[in-house]
This record gives sequence, structure tokens and C-alpha cells, in this order.
Amino acid sequence: MDPLIVASDLHKSFGSTHAVKGVSLSVRAGEAYGLVGPDGAGKTTTMRLLVGALSPDAGTAQVGGFDLQLRTEEARAGLGYLPQRFSLYGDLTVVENLQFFAQVRGVGSADFVKRAAELFKFVGLEGFEHRRADQLSGGMKQKLGLACALVHQPKVLLLDEPTGGVDPVTRQDFWQLIIRLLTEGTAVIISTPYMDEAARCSRIGFMHTGRLLVEGTLRELTASMAGRVLELAAHPKDTVKRTALADPDVEDVLTFGDRFHLRVKEAAGPLARLPGALAEAGATVERLRSVPPALEDVFISLLASSAKGN
Amino acid sequence: MRRLRALIRKEFTHMRRDPRTLVMILIMPILQLFLLGYISNDVRNISAVVFDQDNSRASRALLDAYRAADYFSLDYVAYSEADVTQLIDSGQARAGIIIPPSYGGDLAAGRSAEVAVLIDGSDPTIANAALSAATFVGQAHATNIRFQQLAVRGPAAVTAGLPFEVRTRVLYNPDLLSSYNIVPGLIGTILLFTTMGLTANAIVRERERGTIEQLIVTPIRNWELILAKITPFILVSMVDVVLILLVGTLWFGVPIRGSVLLLLALSGLYLLPNLGLGLLISTFARTQQEAQIVILPLMLPFWMLSGFIFPIAAMPAALQVISRFIPLTYFLVIVRSIVIKGVGIEILIPQIAALSIFAVLLLGIAALRFRKTLD
Ligand SMILES: Nc1ncnc2c1ncn2[C@@H]1O[C@H](COP(=O)(O)OP(=O)(O)OP(=O)(O)O)[C@@H](O)[C@H]1O
Ligand SMILES: [Mg+2]
Repeated sequence: MDPLIVASDLHKSFGSTHAVKGVSLSVRAGEAYGLVGPDGAGKTTTMRLLVGALSPDAGTAQVGGFDLQLRTEEARAGLGYLPQRFSLYGDLTVVENLQFFAQVRGVGSADFVKRAAELFKFVGLEGFEHRRADQLSGGMKQKLGLACALVHQPKVLLLDEPTGGVDPVTRQDFWQLIIRLLTEGTAVIISTPYMDEAARCSRIGFMHTGRLLVEGTLRELTASMAGRVLELAAHPKDTVKRTALADPDVEDVLTFGDRFHLRVKEAAGPLARLPGALAEAGATVERLRSVPPALEDVFISLLASSAKGN
Repeated sequence: MRRLRALIRKEFTHMRRDPRTLVMILIMPILQLFLLGYISNDVRNISAVVFDQDNSRASRALLDAYRAADYFSLDYVAYSEADVTQLIDSGQARAGIIIPPSYGGDLAAGRSAEVAVLIDGSDPTIANAALSAATFVGQAHATNIRFQQLAVRGPAAVTAGLPFEVRTRVLYNPDLLSSYNIVPGLIGTILLFTTMGLTANAIVRERERGTIEQLIVTPIRNWELILAKITPFILVSMVDVVLILLVGTLWFGVPIRGSVLLLLALSGLYLLPNLGLGLLISTFARTQQEAQIVILPLMLPFWMLSGFIFPIAAMPAALQVISRFIPLTYFLVIVRSIVIKGVGIEILIPQIAALSIFAVLLLGIAALRFRKTLD
């Protein structure tokens, strides 16, 4: 099956800011591609290039087999986009917004009534049809945005931080919706600052300063770090951190809530040495063990090595 | 077509949901009209000099009418036209009423007589009052005479047109701001505001609120978006023109001598270069505030240099050249000619040509620059 979205070597600069530097990716039907990265990494710019809201300085993008530069309208016909910033009309009601986008997208008025009922049920906006969009809560605004992006039943869906500023319950709802769309065969690109959300995607690309540093499934990404993460539960914090970092095989110490993740060159040495060293430093150790790496471990290690490389 | 309809409907919904803007668009011209039109009308007892060459019962009746109306205080009597101008020159009198020797005879014979009123234009406020009072009182008196004639002699004996006409001449400031000038000028400036200013804002708003980002990914074409944005303002502008004309004629007594249809058609033509400017501004500005920063300084020279406020002939040569690049300049000539002089389209060809050239240029450049992208 051919991929529904293909980007190759996209570049985009704003003045002296090189926001996207050679991004290539492809997404197939039923696949969710998670674009993760810190603020300013270039996620939004990449999305905008993929919907043709910006034109690239170099590189090409295809959606549904159509080149976005050469056959823009055909490419867009099968594309739904939920921008990071709320981009519906606040002075129009929920149903007026949906109707407007249905009409400009060429959804027939006979189909619209059925489609609207379906979509409002799907996203959970029933009963709010006649509320003005600017009077909706943040989560409901995003749901309306999703409904408008889905009104023409696109094969490709781009969601730019759809769960930003949304409460945890609504976030779960949102993911249920996305999973349903995936099972129906939609190709989805979703950007998110949350690692737990990224971990749900079929493939994950980690973006930093305009580059895709790595890309792969959760398993592939974490494989490179297998056996190199230790979980440590100990206190007091400062002493633990200092002592752990002093070990020759410990590269980095991350705080994970009330625990620490140690990135190590290899596990055996620190596992043997650390309990003694920590006790000597006056720390109380509750637990030290090797754990499977989380996405954070992978990305922070990548950031560290890319910082070293520069 | 469905897309365009949906877009236009959306624009009208925006307009409906923002009644303040709509009310402003419709009320502002009327407000300005009353403001500018009435600056003049509260002045009373303007000192005037009378040169009555006829000195008949008819001429004295006319002067009584002027006296009674309270606008003029007939302080001086002159025995030559030179005396009249001398008194006005010296500032002792603000106006001069000159009745020709044949006045009484002409009236009696049913010929049209002509009364001249000279007005000192150096103080526009007083001059405006004098101008409208001179015309108004004259017309009222002429109508009275007409009714008397009708009563006495019957319709057959009465000629068409009023029995006499007041010819006003403003000294020193011939293109004086008066309701005769204000009405045409207001049509021009209000249209400038609604089309250039509001169109630019309506488009920039999509960018400012981020809604453009969702519009971009729809199959809406540039021209559809442009057309949808300007349609409501074209309609509202036309309503404004009709409103100003109605209030101008019914309240301020400005006669529309030419064809109203021609005036509306040419108002439509005048909208085009302004819409082009509005679109052009919208391609530069990211926020409505940025658009305002461009629009306000642009409106000012348009007002000042178009001949609305100051007569073009009295401007320095350099400014006269600039005035030729302002669409309003041509439109003012058009409106004044149609409203006041009643001329037809054949006289206005140069102005129509100029406006057409502006329209093509500005709309062309704007359409080329207008991009449905974020960069
Ligand atoms: N229109 C623009 N003009 C100038 N600079 C821009 C523009 N859009 C983005 N940038 C810059 O490009 C870089 C990437 O921005 P982008 O919005 O793509 O990042 P992001 O990953 O979406 O960040 P966030 O998580 O904050 O949304 C940033 O440095 C940003 O300041
Ligand atoms: Mg972003």
C-alpha cells in the first residue's frame, strides 16, 4: 500500500530562523505518526508545509498521491487539518461553523444533516449545536475543530497539538476518537509535547531545532537503549543525584516524579557499586533496578549527544 | 458557486453578529452630515449690505422676506456694486444682496428674474450659513410668489421654473464647504471608509484570529475569498449613498439635478479602486491594528488633497500633482457635477477613465499579491 503522506527533504526558513531543516517522512493508511519535540522544534511549521499553508524553500510533499505544490487542490481535497491555534469563527455557532466548512468542502446539503448529527455524536458536541464557538471550553473547541476537519471524510488527518490545554479526561476521549479514525483507515500525523501520547502512535519522530533526529516505532526507538536505564528510588534528592553522577558509568540522571532514571554505559557496574556509594554518602536507597527505557530516556539521550555533536 | 454562496453568507453573518460595526456604517454618514451641515446653520444676524436697484414693491417684499428670516441683518445700503464689494472687503458686511433694476418688471411680466448674493467666504462657518440662508430664503419667497401668481392668474399664465433665482457667489473661497459640497464630499469619503478600511479589516481579521489557517486548506479560491469579503461592503456602501442622498435632499435641500442611477453606477465604479487599496493593505498587514496604521495616514491626505476640504485650485502646485493620484478627487468632480450641475455621462468621461485606470491597477496589483498562504 502506498503511503498517503510523503514528505521529502522539506526546508523552511523565516528570515534567519531555519525552522525546518530537511524533514522527510511517510505515513500509511491506518498509521498514526507522532511528531514530538520541545517548543520551537518546528512541528507546526512541518504541519503547515504538509497542508500547503506554507510553501517550502526546498523539498516536496505529497498527500494522497498528489504533489502539494503542483496539484494543491486535489491534494487538499483529501486532507483534514486541525491547527494548533483555534481557527474557527468565534462569532458563528457550532453548527454554523460546521456547515460553513461542509459547504466550502462541497458536502451536499442533503448529506450534511446526517453528517453533522454523526460528527456531533462522534466528538460529543450534541446539545451544543447552537452555542457560539467562542463560548465553548478549550476541550470543546478542539472537538469542534476536529469535527470541522473531518466534515469531508478526509483520508489524511493532521492534528497539531490537539490536546494542548485540554483536561485529562477529554484527552482520553480525544485519543479514543483518533483510534477509531485509524481503524477506519485514516492516516494521521499528530504533534504533541506529551511522551505518553507519542508512545501510543504507530511511529514516532523526534524533532529538535528543525531536524527529525530519529524516527521509528516505540520498540525500535527504545531498543537502542535497552539495558542502559536504571530506576533508582532514593533520597535525599541532591545527595542521590551528586553521588550517582560521580559513578564513571552513569551518563545522566533524570528525575521521574519521585524516582530517578539513570542512563548508564552498561548496567552491571553501577548496579554493583551504587548501593554502597549512596549509603556511604548518607542516602537511603529503597530500590535500584534495571528497567525498560521510556521515550523520555531515548530523547534526552539524543538531545545530549546532539548537543555534544554541535 | 456553492462555495462562494457559503462564503458570502458567512460574511453577512459576521456583520449581523457585530451590530456595532453595522450601525456605525449606517449611522456615521448621517451623523457627519448633520454635524458638518449644521456647523453653518446656527449663525444668525449676518451683517449684510443691500443694493436695491429696483426699489419696487416687489423688491422691498423680497428684502422683507430676508429680514423676517432672521439670518441677515440688513445693516447697510449701497448705491453701487463697488460700494457693496468695498463693504465686504473691509469686513463690515459679510454678505451683499444685489437686486437688478428689472426685478419687479420681470416678475410682473412672468420672466425669470435673477438676484445676486455675494458672500464673504473667508469665514467658512458664517459663509455656509449665509449661503444656505440666501438660497433657502430666496427659494421660499419665490415659491410664495409662484402660489400668489397661480391664485391670481391661474396655471395657464405661469411659466415653468421659479419666478426668480438667487445666484450666489462666494468671494475669496469659491469652493466653500457648504451642504452643497458636504453631501457629495461625504459620499466620497464614506465610501472610502467602508470599502478601503472595512474590507482591509475584514480580511486581516482572518489572519489575526488564525481562521485563515483553516480556510487555506479548503478548496476556496483567492478570487472567491476576495469577492465574498467585498460583497457585503459594496451593498452597505450603496445603502449609505442612498441614505446620504435622501438626507441631503430631504433635510438640507440639496437638489439632485442629474440622474440618480448614473450617480449610483459611478459610485460603484469608485468603489473598485478603494477595494483594491483595501485588499492591497490587507496583503501587508498582519493585524487589524497594523492595517489601521496604514489606513489612517492614507485617509487624511485623501480628505485634504481631494478638494473636499480645500479647493484644489488654491493648493500649491506640488500638492495639486498629488491630488491627481487620489481617486476621491475624480469622484468628487463626478458627484458634484451630477448632483449640483446635473450633467450627464458624456461630460464625465475623463473622470470615469481615471477611476477605471485606478481600479484596474490597484485591483490587479492586489490580486497578484493576494496569497492564500501564511507566508
Ligand atoms: N511565521 C513565522 N515567522 C517567523 N518565525 C517563525 C514563524 N513560524 C515559526 N517560526 C519560528 O520557527 C521555529 C519553529 O516554530 P514552530 O512553531 O514550527 O515550532 P513548534 O515545534 O510547533 O513549537 P510549539 O511546541 O511551541 O508549538 C521557531 O523558532 C519559531 O519562532
Ligand atoms: Mg507548534
